[in-house]
Amino acid sequence: MKGGSSRLPAAARAIVEGDRRALARTISAVENGDSTADSVLRSLYPRSGRAVVVGITGPLGVGKSSLVNALVGLLRSRGESVGVIGVDPSSPFTGGSVLGDRIRLERRSDDSGVFFRSMASRGAAGGVAVATREVSRLMDAAGFDVVLVETVGSGQVDVAIRNIASTSIVVVVPHLGDEVQTLKAGLFEIADIFCVNKTDLPGADLAQKDLAELVTLGEREDGWAPPVVGTSTIEPTRGIDALWEGVLAHEKFLDASGKRTTGERQRLSAEIVGIARDRVGQQLTHRLENDPSLRRLLDDVVARRIDPRTAAERLARGGRRSR
Amino acid sequence: MAKARAPRKRPIRVLIAKPGLDGHDRGAKVVARALRDAGMEVIYAGLRQTPEEIVRAALEEDVDLIGLSILSGAHMALFPRVLTLLKEQGGQAIPVFAGGIIPDEDARRLKKAGIRAIFGPGTSLEEIVTTAQSLVRHPS
Repeated sequence: MKGGSSRLPAAARAIVEGDRRALARTISAVENGDSTADSVLRSLYPRSGRAVVVGITGPLGVGKSSLVNALVGLLRSRGESVGVIGVDPSSPFTGGSVLGDRIRLERRSDDSGVFFRSMASRGAAGGVAVATREVSRLMDAAGFDVVLVETVGSGQVDVAIRNIASTSIVVVVPHLGDEVQTLKAGLFEIADIFCVNKTDLPGADLAQKDLAELVTLGEREDGWAPPVVGTSTIEPTRGIDALWEGVLAHEKFLDASGKRTTGERQRLSAEIVGIARDRVGQQLTHRLENDPSLRRLLDDVVARRIDPRTAAERLARGGRRSR
Repeated sequence: MAKARAPRKRPIRVLIAKPGLDGHDRGAKVVARALRDAGMEVIYAGLRQTPEEIVRAALEEDVDLIGLSILSGAHMALFPRVLTLLKEQGGQAIPVFAGGIIPDEDARRLKKAGIRAIFGPGTSLEEIVTTAQSLVRHPS
């Protein structure tokens, strides 16, 4: 047991003491933007930052869920506890969702060292949900050694996992496109590890070669050269150990190079600014719609007497005309 | 000053699982899709789940509702086991509904045991969706 847990709010204490139901319920509260989660998040924050948080991303159907299952198996055999977040898309039309990442999870009904949570993206762009980072932090504070975050089947610009994970694995399969695809901006830029999955299929060698070549085309700003690992999740599985070794090597690099601290600072800076921007935005929306003098400002824009930029400047200054 | 963070809309979370050993999951998938289209978040656990796995998934996923589909005939053994485990683990408030090939006499006994609704072949999807929604609104 960790010290000082008696001063935590009840739900937070239950979470650090291993109560999985309390963890599950708090995750729901975080997902729903329920303010009851705020005190739990606040009090558990100092206990986070211990887990290795790994993102698994890549286009749909490349085998992310199967890889997550294989990694969970490997990590459990090494005695590491694992929290998993599997994100799937919400319908932009109905808000509904089918969350199917759990289906690949092997029978572990009596293993308390694994906790799996499915999450719908709930309208967020970028491959994860708005609440994914905070949920990952809860699992971290709950004491899981490793948190695996599986993104929505990603498109080329879905790189939000970068803001959550310290190591990101980009998963591809053979025949996804020619080598020019690997040069394109976006997804391939965020890979700390490239994983060519389904090496049991023909063409895997070529895909690995193309990616290995991409890595040699230019040095990354941080000096890390992403390894290319071939894997197969069909029994007997192949490459899962090497994949995890790649993750550990990158984590070690982060520590040795000092990049962990700078990366963490950048991520947290972006997070703070993001939250503050949302709050300020909500306040401004509220005032523009409810403060009588600012409502006139909106009326003026609607009547085309002033333009939106001028009005926005006045709104930002609290409604005063420019000096 | 502005109010606290506006709460996001909260969709119903439902677990759809198939206990038992039959491999016929078309019905479960059709229902999963209909619930999705009704705006729910459907955690699809898939085939051949043990009652232990189903209950664990329901609690980890913090679902509002559980739907079980079965065609193997083992419902009299497996459904009550799910209910017992739920109760043991503090999940007795989660309503459970079921679908599949279940004789009327068995259905009566299962409802008495605590399965809240049972849908046989030919039930309309609308009825299933409406029932699911009302089970969440009136959990017990």
